[in-house]
Amino acid sequence: MTTIAPPGPIDDRARGLLGGGLALRRRVADALVTGGCVAALLVAAVPLLHLVVTVASRGAGAITPAWFTRSIQGNVGQLASQGKINDAFAGGAGTLAQGDIVLGMQPAIVGTLVITGLASLLAIPLGVLGAVYLNEYGRRSRPASALRFLTDVMTGVPSVVMGLFIFSVWVVPRGATGLSALAGALALACLMLPIVVRSTEEMLKLVPDNLREASAALGTRTWRTTVGVVIPAALPGITSGAMLAVARAAGETAPLLFTIGAVTRTNWGIDGVTTALPMQIYANATENTPEQALMAWGAALTLIVIVVVCTVLARVVTSRFSFRPT
Amino acid sequence: MPEMVEEVRAPGPEARPELDDAGASPELPDVVFDVQRLSVLYGSFRAVRDISLRVHEHEITAFIGPSGCGKTTMLRCFNRLNDLVEGARVEGRLEYHGVDLYDPRVNVTEVRRRIGMVFQKPNPFPKSIYDNVAYGPRITGLRKGLDDVVERALRGAALWDEVKDRLKASGLSLSGGQQQRLCIARAIATEPEVLLMDEPCSALDPIATTRIEDLMQEIKDQYTIVIVTHNMQQAARVSDRTAFFTTEVGASGEARTGVLVESDVTERIFSNPSDERTENYVTGRFG
Repeated sequence: MTTIAPPGPIDDRARGLLGGGLALRRRVADALVTGGCVAALLVAAVPLLHLVVTVASRGAGAITPAWFTRSIQGNVGQLASQGKINDAFAGGAGTLAQGDIVLGMQPAIVGTLVITGLASLLAIPLGVLGAVYLNEYGRRSRPASALRFLTDVMTGVPSVVMGLFIFSVWVVPRGATGLSALAGALALACLMLPIVVRSTEEMLKLVPDNLREASAALGTRTWRTTVGVVIPAALPGITSGAMLAVARAAGETAPLLFTIGAVTRTNWGIDGVTTALPMQIYANATENTPEQALMAWGAALTLIVIVVVCTVLARVVTSRFSFRPT
Repeated sequence: MPEMVEEVRAPGPEARPELDDAGASPELPDVVFDVQRLSVLYGSFRAVRDISLRVHEHEITAFIGPSGCGKTTMLRCFNRLNDLVEGARVEGRLEYHGVDLYDPRVNVTEVRRRIGMVFQKPNPFPKSIYDNVAYGPRITGLRKGLDDVVERALRGAALWDEVKDRLKASGLSLSGGQQQRLCIARAIATEPEVLLMDEPCSALDPIATTRIEDLMQEIKDQYTIVIVTHNMQQAARVSDRTAFFTTEVGASGEARTGVLVESDVTERIFSNPSDERTENYVTGRFG
């Protein structure tokens, strides 16, 4: 065992290392900037938390088993005035009596799942393939640059324009049968496509070239390298981007206004008119009875939960497939 | 001893023989690569100029020289990996057992299956150890007996004993030296004829370096190895034949181009080189 010698005299060259710490000016600057960052974070978190809490507290009352199984009552205000709506839905603990009308949202929930699901099936594979072309094949060629530019422009196109576009090229030519879940999905897919393409391309860019070289040097063709090495390495990021697009599309009202119609009965198919949660939020929030307000809040809460569940599911699934350094 | 490889036998690019001209390439039994006046250009920049040398079977050929002299560029011609670089092209002739590798009819993926490569920085795929080694055989369609192939390759790369109990672990969980041996295992799993090694030890410590060097000696009976190295001692230790490259300032004075100074039996390069520049380099007076 060695003992630690008592401190000796301090050499001149070490002067200034002890004591003082940060100069006052630097300490003030440190406190200001740190405080500023924390304050900015809090300010940014306020609307987010406020929104979640508000939607959850106001919408929770609408969520009963019937919410997921019943059709939408178009005339809840009138029914309420006849005392036929159970006040359980206002958040109270009322009881259901025989013959009571119960708030239902099944058509919109199903509609949102069908339309968004279909739009994802259309846009995500297409978008990922487009990004693969841009990053793995086209690179800096002219067609790739042109496509990249168009995609950027498309990202900025307002969603209502996407709705009008599908309305004019798909809905109108089909006349009476034009309004459908499929038409809505097409409009949402147009909206999602540029987001998926650009986010996927960014993720593919992050995959180091030395992996591509390693694969190529083993006699692997580019497509095989892309499928076997590049996409798996970028998968978590690709999923995040895709889920961002899904969340964006699930919450869109404008593209659906002209494309899916509005119904109060559940439509499980992709043909025929249907409805969706954002449409119901819009329709009910613009009425002024408390019951319809409750339906709007409930629909908003349902939409948020659907998006969160999809995102979490996608993350869990991709984490199974992706290989992280341990 | 085989003759000096400096001389250019075949006509240069300006009088290039037809490919099916049988007389163009008199076979020496032990020549794997026959490089004749090869130049590599990136756009208008000439990276290496007029390289002529031969690589012999079951030998280790080392490329040495200062940074930027085109050693790696030259190495990446052997498996046409420069094709991946935008604007890269070659002039001259590079024969592999009599086939010009830059003939438009050449199947590039097939070339790369026969000529494996190990890179400067260990670059295992973000997959398991097993999947890293099985990657190449799977590409060629192998499904049965993969376990044996993986084991043989890992044994060949002297890594088996260290990883046999955790083949499912990520390749990235290994140490740098182990990762590089994993990359060697991955390269030899497809049973190539040639192994190109681009400074395979530059990111490794001396112990890991020794392991890789020993490994090269062990496997050279089965493979022909071309190694680029910055380390002259390494070249002297491991190689049978050494090619010394240097840079040359172009006539216009701005672009630096890599040229081959001489290529000979390693012993002679280090003890009695024929060119003064080689002597200056190997004795440490330059570079």
